[in-house]
Amino acid sequence: MRRQRSIFQNIDWITVLLYFVMVIAGWLNIYAAVFNQQHDNIFDVTQNYGRQLMWILTALVLIVFVLVIDGKFFDAFAYVVYGVSIISLIAVLFLGHEVAGSKSWFRFGSFGIQPAEFAKFATALALAKYLSTMGIRFSETRTKITCVAMIVIPMLLILLENETGVALVFSSFVLVLYREGLSGGLLLLGVLAVALFILSLVLPKMTLIIALSIIAVVILLLFRNKTLVLPIAGILILSVGVVFSVDYVFHNVLEKHQKKRIDVLLGKETDLKGAGYNLNQSLIAIGSGGFCGKGYLQGTQTKFDFVPEQSTDFIFCTVGEEWGFIGSAVVILLFLSLLFRI
Amino acid sequence: MKFIQGGHRIIFFALFSIVAVIYLARLFFLQVVEDRYKISANSNVLRRITDYPSRGLIYDRNGKLMVYNEAVYDLMIVPKDVKNIDTTDFCKLIGITIEDFSKKFQKAKIYSPYKASIFEKQLSAQTYASFQEKLYKFNGFYCQPRTIRKYPDAIAAHLLGYLGEVDEKVVERNQYYQMGDYIGISGVEQSYEKELRGRRGVRYALVDVFNREKGKFEEGRYDTISVAGENLSLTLDAELQLYAEQLMQNKLGSVVAIEPSTGEILAMVNGPTYDPNLLVGRVRSKNYVTLLKDTLKPLFNRAMQAYYPPGSTFKLTGALSALEENIISPGTSYAHVFTVGSKSVKCHPHPPIALEGSIQYSCNPYFCNVFRSFVESNKYGSSENGYRTWRKYVNSFGIGVKIGVDMPHELKGLVPSVEFYDKIYGKGRWKASTIYSLGIGQGELGITPLQMANITCIIANKGFYYTPHVVKKIGERKNDTRNLLEKHFCLVKPQTFNVVIDGMQRVVEAGTARNASLIKDSIVVCGKTGTAENPHGKDHSLFVCFAPRENPKIVIAVMVENSGFGATWAVPIASLMMEKYLLDTIKRPDVEKRMMEGNLLPDYYYRSLQLQQQKTDTAAIAKKDSLLVVQVNTSFGKSSSYNGKAKP
Repeated sequence: MRRQRSIFQNIDWITVLLYFVMVIAGWLNIYAAVFNQQHDNIFDVTQNYGRQLMWILTALVLIVFVLVIDGKFFDAFAYVVYGVSIISLIAVLFLGHEVAGSKSWFRFGSFGIQPAEFAKFATALALAKYLSTMGIRFSETRTKITCVAMIVIPMLLILLENETGVALVFSSFVLVLYREGLSGGLLLLGVLAVALFILSLVLPKMTLIIALSIIAVVILLLFRNKTLVLPIAGILILSVGVVFSVDYVFHNVLEKHQKKRIDVLLGKETDLKGAGYNLNQSLIAIGSGGFCGKGYLQGTQTKFDFVPEQSTDFIFCTVGEEWGFIGSAVVILLFLSLLFRI
Repeated sequence: MKFIQGGHRIIFFALFSIVAVIYLARLFFLQVVEDRYKISANSNVLRRITDYPSRGLIYDRNGKLMVYNEAVYDLMIVPKDVKNIDTTDFCKLIGITIEDFSKKFQKAKIYSPYKASIFEKQLSAQTYASFQEKLYKFNGFYCQPRTIRKYPDAIAAHLLGYLGEVDEKVVERNQYYQMGDYIGISGVEQSYEKELRGRRGVRYALVDVFNREKGKFEEGRYDTISVAGENLSLTLDAELQLYAEQLMQNKLGSVVAIEPSTGEILAMVNGPTYDPNLLVGRVRSKNYVTLLKDTLKPLFNRAMQAYYPPGSTFKLTGALSALEENIISPGTSYAHVFTVGSKSVKCHPHPPIALEGSIQYSCNPYFCNVFRSFVESNKYGSSENGYRTWRKYVNSFGIGVKIGVDMPHELKGLVPSVEFYDKIYGKGRWKASTIYSLGIGQGELGITPLQMANITCIIANKGFYYTPHVVKKIGERKNDTRNLLEKHFCLVKPQTFNVVIDGMQRVVEAGTARNASLIKDSIVVCGKTGTAENPHGKDHSLFVCFAPRENPKIVIAVMVENSGFGATWAVPIASLMMEKYLLDTIKRPDVEKRMMEGNLLPDYYYRSLQLQQQKTDTAAIAKKDSLLVVQVNTSFGKSSSYNGKAKP
């Protein structure tokens, strides 16, 4: 009994509160998103919101389960879980069910399981276990390489499944590694590379190269340090190389729909009936919310299915339309607080 | 947590905070600052649904239905829902080919796969019935009722006019209309468009992404109820109109009958005419082109738009003006010849006569002399001023000015101005003897049949007319839209008319129009024939008349193109119409038969061939004298000076 109490004493109640507020807000908004007159019972399990409730309850059971289980259990099984999820990622490539061009789902009747989702959690667990193992120092190159490998393996498998979006989520592990002591320079370099990629899609190449050169010269002039000349020149040449290779990557490596999405996102294309439809409709939904929103269940854009994938990927539209700027801000601040608590 | 280093932790939080702030800023801009999205949201979910009112019906003066609405059905398609249909069966049902089907289907799909659009316009009730039975087999199709105009007697096509879809110009000019709406394009349908169409209703419905209705917008606060169009009662007598059309069949020309005491148009006939039912529904555009190409111009509203030389009927106006100005008196007589240089105008042998007799015998020299006396009178100082005064009188009879009839596209006729003659002959280089043919209704005069009837109304009323009009009642109230109750006076005083009317009575009783007499039925008819020379072939046959002499009930002007003397065709047609209208029986079936069966069309076809030849000729002249050609093109009465032939 004493043991039990100590577990509950250790609980960070604020985080739990944040969690429950967000879960309930999510559930209510899913109800609003798929609301229709025939099924107005929020507990109706034939509808998305009913199922969401089922998942919430299941998750609660799991939470209690996880809390009750000794921490050592995870310590012991971290690698096993990781291994199983890697195997399932491989298995789904052969046995999976193809949905909209990506092969990432196992189907069991009306339920589906996406191993990639489990892989996220498994990778995090394994990484934590690895880094907390006695004698492992993050400053060692070997450790770094192992960490990167642990992240990259599931990421590549998911890429093979054609779930680029999920794979990209894995890149956020860089943030975790940074928190664990990864050099800030690496992070900065990554951010700069992405910025460069986007800029070279938006701006003409020559303009960009001239701008980069000017920045390099300005830095050199500011510091007047001879030892800087070589690395800066190197970075400059590398950047120019990136600028020139972007076109190739963009046109030959990326899929057509990916190219289109990037174009639409950058505002280079406004294909309102095709790739830009989702973007435009979500903008309309969120933008029409105003400061206070249209009121719960009063959103017309979301209720009448103008935004696709309303109850899942585009759920934020419902928040934006029905709760307005105030509601959207609350959701963002909730997420921020949660991130700060972890 | 043990590995977290202080510096990294701060940067870590800073990074998240920056992202959050960027999100918030963007959201603020999207939701609070920008209002473009609010408008887009409304256009997404709000659907304006138009509720079309039924167009007003049209009755004749006796309450006989002339125009009504028949239900037709626009076949609508929602391309997305079209699945597994038997195309062959479908095409056979609505009478199109498979190629048509795929073309129309593609068109609809390009417009929108989700939104309904018109697949085939205006299916008839029969087609609709057989289609409706099998509708369950054709997913994605449904029918939407609409109405088209129907004309049970198929008469008065020009007067009633027709409907057509609005074009972009109309939509731009008038906010009421939207693409796809119908609008009156000619006749009463056009001039009373506002009254007939009623007011469209609009309701705003909320729709989802598949365009399915989800309910009213704000409990219908912005919805308006449609108001049905008003019915019109015409002044037209459908029976008389039908009879006149029968008499005019296979002839070119026009008949206008007016009730002089009110200005109400009783009949208005064009020859050739067409069946107004041809210009409705799916066959409209095809028929329209056929009618347009017809060399006899069945679409041409001769009654209001054709310029004819009035010929001898115009002598009445000339005589009245001269009497009023004291140029002549009822007793004035002239030598029995009118001489201009080497040319002279003669008449058939009759004793020297005064005004009344001259009207009776339609004496050309007499009226040439009257015209000369008028224009050259010392009163005015110069022939220019004399002519100007003469013209003022003519204008006061509603010639050369628009009368203001309540139908569109009325032309004002042609009375040459002083400046016109100055241009042709040079200033001060023309006088009465140059243009004397005006005195007998020839020369550069162009008068529409409606104007001929209106002049006769002025004579029948002794000095005034009410604006001729065709709509008597709008709904249940009297037509008060266009100053119809206002008397318009001409410059001639009432007492002046008596002698001219005496002459007109004698024309019918003992002159050129004896055929028109109804004296046996104790009705005194007054009239005047005309035989107008024209450059297109045989003379036009003309007759204007009114009856009874006291309290006239009807005025008729008849114009039959290229058919010879006034007495041959125009007089019998007018007299039969008077019989029909005043006595309601036809006592001369032989005359009726001769008129109805008289077919002048072969002559006209011959004429149209000649006319083509002439066009080539005038094109050559065009280069020499553009002024003259303008004249030729705008009027049927090309300058044709009188050649001295006797004209009854």
